[in-house]
Amino acid sequence: MSDRTETTHARTRRLPQINPVWLLLAALVAGIILMNPGFVEPTGYMNFLKRAAPLAILAAGQVYVITSGGFDLSVGSLITLVVVGSSMLTNNDPAATYWVIPLMLGMGLGVGVVNGLVVCFLRVPSLIATLGMMITLNGLAFLWSGGAPRGYLPDTYRFFGRELVRDVPLVGFIPVSVIVLFVVVGILAWLMHRTNLGRQVHAIGDNPVAARLAGVAVNRVRITAFMLSGLSAAIAGILLGGFAGVSTDVGSGYELQAITAAVLGGAQLLGGRGSVFAAFGGALALTAIFTLLNFLGLPQPVRQVVQGLILIAAVALAMHRRKQTGT
Amino acid sequence: MKRILMATGAFAVSVVPLHAQNFDDPQEFAKQQEQLQAEPMGPEGQPWLQHIGGEMTETADLGLEAPATVCFSNAGVNNPWRVVGYTNMMQEVANHESIGDFVHVDAEGSDDKQIADINDLLAGGDCDVMIVSPNTTAALTPAVERACEDMPVIVFDRGVNTDCPVTFVHPIGGYGFGIQGAEFIVENVDEGSNVLMLRILPGVDVLETRYSAGRRILDEAGMNIVGAEFTDGDNAKTKSIVEDYLMRGDIDAVWMDAGATAVAAIEAFEDSGYEIPVFVGEDQQDFLRKWQDEDLTAIAPTYPTFQWRTAVIAAARVIEGEPVPAPEWVLPQPAITQDELADYVNPAMPPLHYAMCGCESMENYPDAWGGN
Repeated sequence: MSDRTETTHARTRRLPQINPVWLLLAALVAGIILMNPGFVEPTGYMNFLKRAAPLAILAAGQVYVITSGGFDLSVGSLITLVVVGSSMLTNNDPAATYWVIPLMLGMGLGVGVVNGLVVCFLRVPSLIATLGMMITLNGLAFLWSGGAPRGYLPDTYRFFGRELVRDVPLVGFIPVSVIVLFVVVGILAWLMHRTNLGRQVHAIGDNPVAARLAGVAVNRVRITAFMLSGLSAAIAGILLGGFAGVSTDVGSGYELQAITAAVLGGAQLLGGRGSVFAAFGGALALTAIFTLLNFLGLPQPVRQVVQGLILIAAVALAMHRRKQTGT
Repeated sequence: MKRILMATGAFAVSVVPLHAQNFDDPQEFAKQQEQLQAEPMGPEGQPWLQHIGGEMTETADLGLEAPATVCFSNAGVNNPWRVVGYTNMMQEVANHESIGDFVHVDAEGSDDKQIADINDLLAGGDCDVMIVSPNTTAALTPAVERACEDMPVIVFDRGVNTDCPVTFVHPIGGYGFGIQGAEFIVENVDEGSNVLMLRILPGVDVLETRYSAGRRILDEAGMNIVGAEFTDGDNAKTKSIVEDYLMRGDIDAVWMDAGATAVAAIEAFEDSGYEIPVFVGEDQQDFLRKWQDEDLTAIAPTYPTFQWRTAVIAAARVIEGEPVPAPEWVLPQPAITQDELADYVNPAMPPLHYAMCGCESMENYPDAWGGN
């Protein structure tokens, strides 16, 4: 995992050692600043971080599942279920927020447990298990709401996704969602890179048989990875509902974006390698691509072509670098 | 997954020759502009019974006996507009003794399923009258033609390329919707003002015509259109797009081709600390409430859900042998203005309830529509 010895020997190889996702992000941000100098103002970059927060949190959770050798496709529909469910349960009552939010976080963990159990004990590949869960949750959200949301989210609930903390020295203001973002990514990064759990997640993704023989409780670690992914989806749902209000398809497409962000950050599909910080960088880069293309004012079909090409190129670059470093 | 399909679709639309269907037809534009001014015929205050122009057709010779079975092939109940419309419809069915059974089949937004649905209904042999709300125009035309051979057919919402149905029930149309919003903007801001146009997605006929009509009027009035953006009907994306535009300059008016994300767009102004400009939304309750609470300068063009009632009324008239407006039953398409706002705002209704439902006086209002 560490190439420290190599770097000291060959100074010239230091540059490629930087995860390319940060170079990509820097290039994109430079492009955005060029298009819109206002981006260097707090309003500019704080809006950007606020917008990236749900995806970044989702990617930080997804990277656990990917590193452990799986996929979690259910997160997008879980986001939808959280937003629709919250609007049904709060029913315009500001006081309801205090039990609805913990309930939704619990639901995220619960969906993760079920995903994990199905993968571990029913031996369903995670791609299929979570695809089934995605369809099921979409159906549940539709059943619950009858196809049209029935309530508003009260301001107490929307606090996390919408409000700002004002009068902060240096930057002026910080959106609450950006604070949530740093806390969640910080905790997930610490768990992944500083604790035994993180090492075990890497181990079972790399070689589950070897990990089991070495004494890792493979099933327990795998289920924990799915729980963290589910929890991150619930948090992302609470932020998205807060940011923009209720709609019945808020989460659609987020599962693929989260996987893309993790892979942009160098996570290895099928497991064994992944970094929470790099996935965070991947999510920022992905959001930066969307923002830059917005600013360029290209017609929609052209944007989609460019977006797809940038993604393929970025992941190809990440793979190339991996071959070079031999990891 | 949906995004990918949309992307493929958008790409296909951009590659396939656009002249296949003309979304900017000056004749149709002029016709709908005229219809907006026309005095509708029929009982006042009950727009679902009114019609603009068109001849009446006798239906007595169709030889149906009450009570008859009405079959409804529905494109889908997959968005809040269709949910409200379908509720209107089921409530209206209860008003007609001449309708014995009402059979509903939901195509879930798929052309193939709807074609199969219609064939199944025909093969079943139980239907006396068929109502079709086509998923897409060209694909459903042959299936509707087959149905016409067996029984009277009533088409509503989107049309088909055949005149075999007894009548085609629809409001004035997309051009009319675009005209109402854009004219309101022109009346309320100065020449050369910055207008942002927000659209859901490209390539859908009813949305493209709204846009082309709106654009034509704004261009002719010398407005500065700062952008025309696709939001995918997504709240978060809408809010982000508007925030990005606000970082680059002032916006004096916002025109939208549909109102589901109007509140998110308004919040972008609020959260960035700007005054809310002139706004074109739609008749969703959340927008109307915001309009009232914040005292906006706004208008809500509608694509009225009461047409779902009219389709049932047309079917009942066919069974009873009463005349119906034909070959098209063009319904009025009122826009909600400041003067009428208070009549339509109802905090008891769900946020995405479409206020122009013509359903307030129906028996199970508001419970059946999800109101408290």
